[in-house]
Amino acid sequence: MGYQSVSENSHLLSRIAAGDGHGENSSYFDGWKDYDSNPFHPVSNPGGVIQMGLAENLLCLDLIKEWIKEHPEASICTEEGLNYFEAVANFQDYHGLPSFRQALARFMGKARGGRVSFNPDSIVMSGGGTGAQETLAFCLADPGDAFLVPTPYYPAFDRDFCWRTGVRLLPINCFSSNNFKLTKAALESAYETARKNNIRVKGVLMTNPSNPLGTTMDRDTLKTLLTFVNQKRIHLVCDEVFSGSVFNQADFLSVCELLDEEPSYDKSLIHIAYSLSKDLGLPGFRVGVIYSYNDTVVKCARRMSSFGLVSSQTQHLLSHMLNDDDFTSKYLAENKRRLHTRHEEFTSGLEKFGIKCLPSTAGLFIWMDLRQFLKENTENAELKLWRVIIDDVKLNISPGSSFRCTEPGWFRVCFANMDDATMHVALKRIGDFADKVKDETTQLDDATMHVALKRIGDFADKVKDETTQLQQKKRFNKKLRLSFCRINDGGITQHLMSPHLQSPRSPLVKASH
Amino acid sequence: MVSSKAARNSHGQDSSYFLGWQEYEKNPYHPTNNPSGIIQMGLAENQLSFDQIESWLESNPDVLGLKHDGASVFRELALFQDYHGLPTFKNALAEFMAELRENKVQFDPSNIVLTAGATSANEILMFCLADPGDAFLVPTPYYPGFDRDLKWRTGAEIVPIHCSSSNNFKITKSALEEACKRAQKKKLRVKGVLVTNPSNPLGTTLTRHELEILVDFICAKRIHLISDEIYSGTCFGIPEFISIAEVIGGRIDDVEDQVHIVYSLSKDLGLPGFRIGAIYSSNKAVISAATKMSSFGLISSQTQYLLAMLLSDKHFTASYISENKRRIKIRHDQLVEGLADVGIPCLESNAGLFCWVDMRHLLDKNTFTGEMELWKKIVYGVGLNVSPGSSCHCTEPGWFRVCFANMSTETLDVAMQRLASFVESGGQGEGPKGSRGLKRLMYWVRQLSLADDRTER
Repeated sequence: MGYQSVSENSHLLSRIAAGDGHGENSSYFDGWKDYDSNPFHPVSNPGGVIQMGLAENLLCLDLIKEWIKEHPEASICTEEGLNYFEAVANFQDYHGLPSFRQALARFMGKARGGRVSFNPDSIVMSGGGTGAQETLAFCLADPGDAFLVPTPYYPAFDRDFCWRTGVRLLPINCFSSNNFKLTKAALESAYETARKNNIRVKGVLMTNPSNPLGTTMDRDTLKTLLTFVNQKRIHLVCDEVFSGSVFNQADFLSVCELLDEEPSYDKSLIHIAYSLSKDLGLPGFRVGVIYSYNDTVVKCARRMSSFGLVSSQTQHLLSHMLNDDDFTSKYLAENKRRLHTRHEEFTSGLEKFGIKCLPSTAGLFIWMDLRQFLKENTENAELKLWRVIIDDVKLNISPGSSFRCTEPGWFRVCFANMDDATMHVALKRIGDFADKVKDETTQLDDATMHVALKRIGDFADKVKDETTQLQQKKRFNKKLRLSFCRINDGGITQHLMSPHLQSPRSPLVKASH
Repeated sequence: MVSSKAARNSHGQDSSYFLGWQEYEKNPYHPTNNPSGIIQMGLAENQLSFDQIESWLESNPDVLGLKHDGASVFRELALFQDYHGLPTFKNALAEFMAELRENKVQFDPSNIVLTAGATSANEILMFCLADPGDAFLVPTPYYPGFDRDLKWRTGAEIVPIHCSSSNNFKITKSALEEACKRAQKKKLRVKGVLVTNPSNPLGTTLTRHELEILVDFICAKRIHLISDEIYSGTCFGIPEFISIAEVIGGRIDDVEDQVHIVYSLSKDLGLPGFRIGAIYSSNKAVISAATKMSSFGLISSQTQYLLAMLLSDKHFTASYISENKRRIKIRHDQLVEGLADVGIPCLESNAGLFCWVDMRHLLDKNTFTGEMELWKKIVYGVGLNVSPGSSCHCTEPGWFRVCFANMSTETLDVAMQRLASFVESGGQGEGPKGSRGLKRLMYWVRQLSLADDRTER
């Protein structure tokens, strides 16, 4: 029995299913497809595409694996852990295992240097950070409502926050002139634009540390944001999924800390989305967290978590792991150290090729400035450059336009999802590419100049011949003084240097006759 | 301030179905610590066969994922978030589903979408097949969770297909047509029918005749059919379970694109905590959309890995399936006989983890208020949490769903003894324990009586 084509079937589907709100046609995902069809492997496919478009953290998986080996009781599949099997396999309470929520609360507090303490009863599970975002959108906004989001932002927010919820995301434009910092003016402008279009703004969605920038929000910006949402009486959703991946000396300042400092801020407007996919490098385990200071939201989100609970097997394992204080302290410190080292190696490597990045202190990626390589300051030019990077340089990096960046030429490049050797291969490819582009630019100039010089030379010869003929004519007609003689004197030389006269069909050349 | 969904109570958790659980949570039975506590008979869990899985785990230490054929797969698992799912798991699941149907049908793994439990599978299918305001027809009585799963966030509507005890709650062509007309009167566009087979709460399997009626119906109306076959491994008696997959295969008209199966390992394998659900469909557009939506609730990779190993072991699956059914049947018979001893009949059933119990003769009044009164006596007086038929949208008062597979034989005995005392005392029981409990329950009885007046029957 055959099946009808997708398009023939689409009338039977819902609007959501038939449309493309899933966002998978974005260039963000295109590069992944190229990678999937030709993945780099140091031995079996050294010419393949290196995946630098996926923000994963592979740097510390050895530590986690070691812990699991040393703690067989944390796994329900081992002899030591088997007696937990029945209780765990049977446990489907959407409150989650109490020990798991406690462990998460502890770990989240630790990632913030112990400066914030989280209440385990306000922790709600979700299907990864993806599920957390969608659930929060369902809880805070109705279809047609909007959230403001600073650009550039993680492309999948369009799917996570909007696809099935009917909520919209409206950009708050940020610019390189101030390192893409969020400003009060930008917030007000975005809010006003929405208002003028009769769109009800329900909140602001931001990521801190930022994806794709890798920067953390400073105190003043956070205060500006908190003041703004309080004034407008709208929500603030902070995606702090990279909170344990801040590697420079600068400490991460979570919005939760400011809430504790300033009692005037209304806590019920603040909601955190978190996940273990980045900090622990466990995206496969699908551990997402919603933390809200608003009890109504906690209750509703908890009920909705039925649609994406964390497997009890995983809860059990991680509750043991994250309750192990020694381990989590060591892990967080070592994770930061390795990320810092990798970041330094990568950015200094790029610097040698004259490629700058936005200064960053967190995350699993850098925001690379390739504006110098753009033929034009347009999104098209950026996408053309990006295709060259994928097809010729064989690196999957993510173009800034897929993050809705206001300025073309920026690219997010992930560095934590590969070993050192692969990183060096990637750096070499980038270096070779940078050199090649420089050479091509120089060569192009030389070639063009030679062509130009030849044409100028030919023209000069031609004009000289004509002038000689004319002067001979002049001897016979002293009354005539042709305009081209003036041109002959010195004007021609000037005009010859002008691009117009490269063309023999130039009106200036014709007029001189 | 918050969304309408958060502000309203449309999640359906105020149903008596869930209230009984809450009462149980406050006072749970334990043979030694709390022998007078409430026995949970409102939760359709299968706790009969854990030992089989445990002994398999003892013999298969590699499923931890640290070693597989000598090499570690931990890293791969930790990173594996592909929404297409672990291929070995999908292959094993497809074969397991076929085995449950005695290999009368085969399933293509590429037509499977993995979801976080059947809860998520049903919601995803609604998002894929219905726009807000569209309706699905569902035969009554039905699983109370559908009110949340199918309607809450999707904005879809449920229009009940009224089934009655006069023909053992079978689905008839006229009942389908009548439901359709009711939907039209309400100006609701019907996008499909959803059935549970084997049925929850009835414990019966759909006959071939019913299945044919359903397929004829959806064919004529050009609408979808979702068959939730989550209990497909629990059919312990005759007639045998017939899956919708068996029926659509032999037809001339091409309805494969309109038929979708939901499955989960929560009931057959007794693993509700692992959140393993699946959608099966030959409709590529549905598979494509549903796969993308599964991002919101993927199955943990370590769980996929464990189950891939478990289900790939054909010796294990064959012996598990038959032993599981054998134990379910024993437990079922124990409940049915115990009830029969005190003059309480059940709908004759051949599947599921519960019985559909007929307590109409114990009602003071043949109304839903009467049913609630009886229910309160059973929860508080007898100390059994059972699910009243009204919570399952049954059209007739007096029916209760009673689960039997989530407790030991001894606990079931205790439950039967309590019930016997209750019946012998003339259905009076000891009365609710504590005035606070009584006040709370009376409040909810009043609320539910008001709800009765408003809702469809």
